[in-house]
Amino acid sequence: MVNLPEESLIVIKNLRKSFNDDGGVLNNVSINIKEGDLVSIIGPSGCGKSTLLRCLNCLELIDSGYLRVGDVELKRDRPDQRPNEVMLDAAHKIRGEVGMVFQGYNNLFPHKTVLRNVTLAPMVVKKMSPDAAREVAMKQLKKVGLEEYANKYPSTLSGGESQRAAIARALAMNPKVMLYDEPTSALDPELVGEVLQVMKDLDSEGMTQIIVTHEMQFARDASDYIVFLDKGEIVEYDDGDVLFTQPRNPRTKEFLRHFTGMAVAC
Amino acid sequence: MIPLVLKRPASRLRRAVFLIAPLAVLLASVISPAGAATGDENNVIRWGGDSEGGFPFMFPNPKNHDELIGFEVDIVDEIARYLGKKTVYVNNAWDNLIPGLTRGLYDMAINGLEVTPEHEEAVNFSIPYYKTFLQLAVRKENLDISSLEDCRGKVVGTLKDSYAQMVLEELGDVDIRTYIVEANTYEDLQNGRLTAALFDSPIAIYSAGFNPEIKFIGPPIGEITYAIAVTKENSGLLRDINEALVHLRDTGRLREIYDTWNLWSPIMAAEFNDYSPRAVEMTRYNEWAETHRPEVALSARLERYAGFLPDFGMAAIVTMKVSITAMFIAISLGLGLAIARVFAPGWAAAAATAFIEFMRGTPVLIQLFFIFYGLPSIGVKLSPFWAGAVGLGLNYAAYEAEIYRSGLFAIPSTQWEAALALGMTRWQAMREVILPQAIRVVIPPITNDFISLLKDSSLVSIITMVDLTKAYGQLAAAYYDYFGPGIMVALIYLILGLPFVKFSRYAERRLAEQDKGGKRGHDNFYRMSARWRHTNLRSKES
Repeated sequence: MVNLPEESLIVIKNLRKSFNDDGGVLNNVSINIKEGDLVSIIGPSGCGKSTLLRCLNCLELIDSGYLRVGDVELKRDRPDQRPNEVMLDAAHKIRGEVGMVFQGYNNLFPHKTVLRNVTLAPMVVKKMSPDAAREVAMKQLKKVGLEEYANKYPSTLSGGESQRAAIARALAMNPKVMLYDEPTSALDPELVGEVLQVMKDLDSEGMTQIIVTHEMQFARDASDYIVFLDKGEIVEYDDGDVLFTQPRNPRTKEFLRHFTGMAVAC
Repeated sequence: MIPLVLKRPASRLRRAVFLIAPLAVLLASVISPAGAATGDENNVIRWGGDSEGGFPFMFPNPKNHDELIGFEVDIVDEIARYLGKKTVYVNNAWDNLIPGLTRGLYDMAINGLEVTPEHEEAVNFSIPYYKTFLQLAVRKENLDISSLEDCRGKVVGTLKDSYAQMVLEELGDVDIRTYIVEANTYEDLQNGRLTAALFDSPIAIYSAGFNPEIKFIGPPIGEITYAIAVTKENSGLLRDINEALVHLRDTGRLREIYDTWNLWSPIMAAEFNDYSPRAVEMTRYNEWAETHRPEVALSARLERYAGFLPDFGMAAIVTMKVSITAMFIAISLGLGLAIARVFAPGWAAAAATAFIEFMRGTPVLIQLFFIFYGLPSIGVKLSPFWAGAVGLGLNYAAYEAEIYRSGLFAIPSTQWEAALALGMTRWQAMREVILPQAIRVVIPPITNDFISLLKDSSLVSIITMVDLTKAYGQLAAAYYDYFGPGIMVALIYLILGLPFVKFSRYAERRLAEQDKGGKRGHDNFYRMSARWRHTNLRSKES
């Protein structure tokens, strides 16, 4: 693999996850990600991209394998091993280290203003004072260009604004890594750019980011590395330009052929 | 004489709970003597009756609703005076007088209680204080009917499920019309819908004795005996009461009471072996007849209704207190049940489900009886207020729990994920994200339930509380007027529920403004539904 485990922020080893008994969604996935990298995960529908992301922030508990985010380790030997306190505690800690932005833009809390959406977790989870949380929140909202929208309700926001607010909400928890699950796939084409721009800005600040995406152009331009996932396995993991221009695996070639000449897909 | 089999239910509203009376008696007889009456002090005698029991037994004084009058009240006062004790009145629904006695709510019960085998299994009876019979009544111009036998082939009205009805059925070949309110029976007799009416003599006298259009006819029919009930354990009090009754009879004091109430009869003369002429005026009866002549002017009526307002006001406060306390219990407990059912480990979820199904699946009336009359046998004695509030609260908690559950399921799972992904624990996500949204969903159905509870709270009248419904029964019985007070009480119930309806509308609108992008969302929905109705109409036309 590209990175050595010792210098990596995120280490995944032999990860398996399935939802039924009939075959795995993720089979023996291993990957290391360095701090500050922007990694795009691409692959056909149903290849396990989203599941990998959800395993990474422990919304789904892995069946077996090893997972490390920063200093927090989670290990499960066999699928039939009951989740114990140590595992659940680790899963909760990992969720605290990882920020996540979801596919649809309906994941903001509709009963709270944009500002309260952002301050909620710092106040509830980190027990920040309202003033401190507000300060953090306004800083993050400014970063995504939404300081004017602080007192609006999510229902009045466009899809792009919603996704930027969701990014600010995740950033307010000061995560070590940001995960995005197809953050622009539900957006109108003209709104995609503003969201991608925020991710590029974060990259230049040194934020570690993992993005499941169909935006091939963005993946190629902005990513430090691209992972091509197919049928629950990592087929290729390489530098963006290398993977796009000289794919080694025939499955990668086949997949990329669909996107030739397309700036915006899906 | 016709043997007495059915008990003689003395008043109209007694019929409403007729079916559950056997259950209450059963409960009372099964219950251990844990609740046996104990006169707290030697100089106080607590006695139970039903102020709704009606005239002339006991009823609110038309001139002062706070005062209870009636020939039975006079008898109790005389007994207490003879024994040198003070009286404390405890009101209870007539059907529950005996269970209330065994529960220890009062030392003795008196209110047209008959000596029947079922009653005698649960309690002891004093010597009879009154005997009466059935009285036949016809229009004054009727000359065809002079006895019960003449009623064959005629239309005769009587009280539903009463001894009189049974007598008429035994006679055979009578077109029997049964009534809940005796006043209606005599009205129908007067206007010709009925040929005759058969009622207990005291009720006949007090319903129609002053009506010049109606006459009483024929010899006494049947025999009905009333006595005072005390618990089996309290033989000392029974001895005292019997001694007092003998004394009152022998000194002529009882006779005086019956004379003032116009209740002396040949049967009583035989019973007391006293054939002397009347010694005192029937003052009490005359007062009654004075206020109950049918032709009361409208202005006098309205004035009388205005006089009801303080009574209804007090009763409305009782209704509100019980309802709000019960709703508070229902809302909090229901939330716990819903959360347990959805999120708790298997055994707790199963327990919550069992509780919900049990509470929903059994009548709240039975639950109230059980809590008030049943629980004392295991040492849990609740006051009427708390028994009512807890009973209604537990019952409604089951319904609230199911409303909350549907509210919780209405929140998309992505909201859970978003909250958990921010590092919240499940409980934090629940408290901060899911519940606040779920509550919005459930406000309309919960308001609905509160209004339903407001009306169900009338059930507390069966456990001795005087709420709106009970107050209605009392005043209507006292004045012989179910029309005006009925409208008043209905309006009061409506008004009591209105603030909650308003609050619900307000909350719904406010929340819609937040969730759906201003009033737009709310209004959009109505516009869309209007369009849908419109298309439907059009498709019908084409």
